[in-house]
Amino acid sequence: MLTEFGRIFIFLLIGVVFVAGGLAVAWLIRPHRWYPEKLSTYECGESPVGNAIVKFNIRFYVVALIFLIFDVEVVFLFPWAVVFQKLGMYAFVEMMIFIAILLVGYAYVWVKGDLEWDKPVPQIPKLVKE
Amino acid sequence: MELLITVIKIVAVMGVMLGCVAYVVLLERRLSAAIQNRIGPNRVGWQGLLQPIADVVKLIMKEDIVPTKANRFLHDLAPLISIGVAMTTFAIIPFGNRISLFGYDIKLQIADVNIGILYILALTSLGVYGLTLSGWSSNSKYPLLGCIRSSAQMISYELSMGVSIIGIIMMTESLKLDKIVEMQAGWHWNIILQPIGFITFLVASFAETNRLPFDLPEAEPELVAGFHTEYSGMKFGLFYLAEYSNMFVASALITTLYLGGWQVPFVHSLGLSDFWISIVQVFGFFVKIVLMVAFFIIIRWTIPRFRYDQLMNLGWKFMLPIAILNVLITGLVILLI
Repeated sequence: MLTEFGRIFIFLLIGVVFVAGGLAVAWLIRPHRWYPEKLSTYECGESPVGNAIVKFNIRFYVVALIFLIFDVEVVFLFPWAVVFQKLGMYAFVEMMIFIAILLVGYAYVWVKGDLEWDKPVPQIPKLVKE
Repeated sequence: MELLITVIKIVAVMGVMLGCVAYVVLLERRLSAAIQNRIGPNRVGWQGLLQPIADVVKLIMKEDIVPTKANRFLHDLAPLISIGVAMTTFAIIPFGNRISLFGYDIKLQIADVNIGILYILALTSLGVYGLTLSGWSSNSKYPLLGCIRSSAQMISYELSMGVSIIGIIMMTESLKLDKIVEMQAGWHWNIILQPIGFITFLVASFAETNRLPFDLPEAEPELVAGFHTEYSGMKFGLFYLAEYSNMFVASALITTLYLGGWQVPFVHSLGLSDFWISIVQVFGFFVKIVLMVAFFIIIRWTIPRFRYDQLMNLGWKFMLPIAILNVLITGLVILLI
């Protein structure tokens, strides 16, 4: 007897066979003629400057944290939504209180300005001479 | 025997899906050309119908280049994650009712997982790894920018996607996709019962599939080709395939959740036998998907690309509150009526 996840596993296996087949055929047919310039990093035809793996803006980290908190909220919402009609008004009010608490945090983050992103500030040169 | 039926079903579905995806590429090129008053590819075969095959042959013949600075293992792994995630989602989408063929009662769905919607959300969030790893492992500036953008964008829109589905689950009381389709028999499509949820889900799926107006991870004028700048040959082909499979799967998902899935209204009043009703339903599902894909393509040439701060504003300050409001309204309507 095949479980439902077993079927997905077979699906995945057949997919792997298909993709691996494609890659293998490509590996057999395609040319292999490398030289150092061809293997250099693309930077609009110039020689690449420096390393590209750098530290990025902390802002990204804050967004990821907010995402984690709200994603956990969504995880709580799913089982609640499935049995919602059996539980009735009591569970509904309960869940709305839970969401309201999270919305307070959401409002805090909004007011603090963590949802704002740097807007481009164009420096338009003035044509009129003083 | 059951195993054999499953394998045949899987091979059939996968073949049809990949064939469709190849022709979605052609549809996109022809439709874009028509919108821009060009002709588009029409030389290979009748009206360019053999163009996808020519494209695949060309991609297979191309040399595979991995930059010396790149992380070789992750560079190879990233396209596999992308295509794997894009294809595996299709395993649980019901594409028709039961059908009797050669004395066997076959269910037209590969796997009826009891956590259906959670499975889809889990897989779509795994899709971020493909893009992020490809951008980071290339060790090049444009892909890195593309991957940072894609991860911020996808985590922002995944929330509204998840919250907007909750309205449907509250009505259906099940996470199974075939239950959701059964609920929408006749004209009770969820698009009518959940209009707000439909709009938020639609916008979120545009963002999740990185389609215009949300295609900042590969914005051509700024980032060359975004996260797959350093890819060539078959690995680029896999990314390409993954992108269009994502679009196809997203259309199938929108159809299943909001547009009635394989339900065709008034099909039972036509006086067909059960076998032909099933065939008509599968065909109806297919037509709905193609219309949805065409909608994706038309939107691409209608709305210009967002600026980055506009994108994040839309995701965090509009979509999320509206999606939560939708849960509130749905709950109140169900309880009070």
